[in-house]
Amino acid sequence: MKKVKADPKGVLTGSHYLDGDYAIAEGGLAAGCRFFGGYPITPSTETAERFSERIPKVGGVFIQMEDELASIISLIGAVWGGKKAMTVTSGPGFSLMMENIGLACMMEIPLVIANVQRGGPSTGLPTLTGQQDMMQVRWGSHGDYAIIALSPDSPQECFDLTIEAFNLSETYRVPTFVMTDECVGHMHEKVVIPPADEIDIVERKWYSGPKDKYLPYKNDKDGIPFMVKAGDGYRFHTTGLTHDEKGYPVINAECQDVCVRHLVDKINNNADKIIKIEEEETDDAEIIVISYGITSRVAYRAVQKARKAGIKVGRLRLITCWPFPEKRIHQLAKNIKAFVVPEINLGQMVREVERTTAGQTKVFHVPHCGGWVHNPEDIFNVIKEAAK
Amino acid sequence: MIYYGELKPKKGKIHIEKDRCKGCAFCVEYCPKDILELSDEFNIKGYHPPVVKDEDECCYCQLCETICPEYAIFVTLKEEEKEKEDEKGESRP
Amino acid sequence: MKKEDKREERSPMEDFLRMDRIPHIWCPGCGIGTVVTSFTEALKKNKVDLDNIAVVSGIGCTGRVAGYVKMDSFHTTHGRPIPFATGLKLANPEMKVVVFSGDGDIMGIGGNHFIHAARRNMDILVICVNNFNYAMTGGQVAATTPIKANASTAPYGNFEFPFSLPYMAEASGATYVARWTALHLRRVTKSIQEALNKKGFSFIEVITPCVTLYARRNRLGDGLNLLRYYYDNSEIKHGADTKTIDIEYQGKLIVGKFVDKEKPTFLDAMNKHLSSVLGDDYVLYGRLNNDDRD
Repeated sequence: MKKVKADPKGVLTGSHYLDGDYAIAEGGLAAGCRFFGGYPITPSTETAERFSERIPKVGGVFIQMEDELASIISLIGAVWGGKKAMTVTSGPGFSLMMENIGLACMMEIPLVIANVQRGGPSTGLPTLTGQQDMMQVRWGSHGDYAIIALSPDSPQECFDLTIEAFNLSETYRVPTFVMTDECVGHMHEKVVIPPADEIDIVERKWYSGPKDKYLPYKNDKDGIPFMVKAGDGYRFHTTGLTHDEKGYPVINAECQDVCVRHLVDKINNNADKIIKIEEEETDDAEIIVISYGITSRVAYRAVQKARKAGIKVGRLRLITCWPFPEKRIHQLAKNIKAFVVPEINLGQMVREVERTTAGQTKVFHVPHCGGWVHNPEDIFNVIKEAAK
Repeated sequence: MIYYGELKPKKGKIHIEKDRCKGCAFCVEYCPKDILELSDEFNIKGYHPPVVKDEDECCYCQLCETICPEYAIFVTLKEEEKEKEDEKGESRP
Repeated sequence: MKKEDKREERSPMEDFLRMDRIPHIWCPGCGIGTVVTSFTEALKKNKVDLDNIAVVSGIGCTGRVAGYVKMDSFHTTHGRPIPFATGLKLANPEMKVVVFSGDGDIMGIGGNHFIHAARRNMDILVICVNNFNYAMTGGQVAATTPIKANASTAPYGNFEFPFSLPYMAEASGATYVARWTALHLRRVTKSIQEALNKKGFSFIEVITPCVTLYARRNRLGDGLNLLRYYYDNSEIKHGADTKTIDIEYQGKLIVGKFVDKEKPTFLDAMNKHLSSVLGDDYVLYGRLNNDDRD
């Protein structure tokens, strides 16, 4: 994993007042993204607009494609052409992208997709918040594969986690998702962008050996294959079919086993290095509130109230939603009375909490159909209920 | 053989990869000199590959080579024409 | 003599094909192999640097072409080779990008992408091998199947109106449109040569026989019969009005070069416009600014 400093051309150093969408765009530019293929969809359109404004001055291409399908596949083409690429979308567009997210996983393409979630299903609530795509990001495409998904809770984190998403995608050659929501996306807050030499960027794992010995999908010591770009004389072939090390399609069960297991193992085996969570006051806690994204800010208010009322509550915020922090949650489950999981959907990440807890403790869910954030009172009431 | 000044009709040597042929007969049908025909023998897959009836008549048009969908037939320029050809350069019309 | 014979035993196609994957999967009598040969002939004649050309295919019989050519080749999802080629070309504007796919892939599921790439005048070459059905999956009806033809999902004959591909291409804004049959070997090669030398969106339709599905279901004989039929019933009319060249079932085929015009490509238009608006602030993208490419 080779780390370099960010290209100063793309870094808008300084203290800014930006919304989450703009912060994602700035994060992408700072991380070295020089290709953006997008399609406008509320509430993520601002990111595309910001890119279209900034990228001609930084040196790259912005193209508004004809639909989300074209967006994502143009990203895959651009990555094979040597560029870092990203796009943004929301629920309906995300569903359209699913087939080609599978292609990106199969071809092991590093790219970043930001999903500014809104109320669903279908057209739903275009201008209002939701957190209803959390399971879809992990299981949305057909077949077995693994991805990485991050969940920022503020415009500052939108900036930081977009850079982190690029770094993770290049390290593990996997599509990485930034799962924000309309609230964070449209919230204006202070975003501090450091100077370029304080930003660490992971460079793509370029191959530098002899051309005739290059095998596109041969795993290196760290389990990730080297990558090349088209036009450098490697004459490689790559396909969405199940393939061998050469990239040629091989249609049998043995090759499928090797090929698909690799896609899943490379994330699951490195989960400890990828997972990031934020814990507060969990050491003496009897109840732990697990939340992510905008809900974590609302949950903070409820937790404060509960602490004042004498309930020993701790907070755990999922910064990395996928891979799910199973080990830590399983460990915490042993010593507490209950988990409380507020989310703006009718039960998605709570299922992972239940599965990981494996019956060791109770899990209380605070659902919300979308359209607005929770009322802290509701979360507080469930905490009280759990504390009984 | 009619000679027009320096010009001489080219002569080709036909190479057939018998086991790659799938017996579609495109080459047989479209050879302008009609010097190919499907043989009676079977190749490894059970198709009848072509054979050359009269190699002297081959005029190196390379149509069989271009039309074969299996890349199973190609033509090379016969030796005695090779030196003259190297002088001229471009061989295909 | 013996030694020279051995040296010349090497087929000239070996420089262009992944010989470890030959023999290919196409049926006996299928025209796709012939179209690939015409393509490689064009590359040879234009002296194209094989390290600097990429071939992108979709799914289908023609979609397998990417797997057999010895260049940087990509086998993408169904209907999406054109936006893939768009992304690839924009990321690496120096490369020549060729989309080699079938009629169902490019015009059926990929129809929307085709229209927009032509509208933008992306600098790519699209070779569409038209066999009038979705062959790989068993011969289903496609957007190009003529009326009355039989297909597996139109067992009583097709009644839907088909596309005229050159008309679509011209209407969408393509700058080079041609149609040939697979037997027009050297004319296909010449068209591909002209298109490779031209900047802008080029579209070449090649009508080929589909032996196992289209010909068999419609009792049109074998590959040779159908190939001969297409060639004998084709009439060359360069510059014909694309509105008038529909293909009827077992009817006349009008072939030739229909459109050959000049128009700025997407990148040219982008560079020109943004330079004029942003002046010195604009970082030129593409040919004139090679050191910015990472």
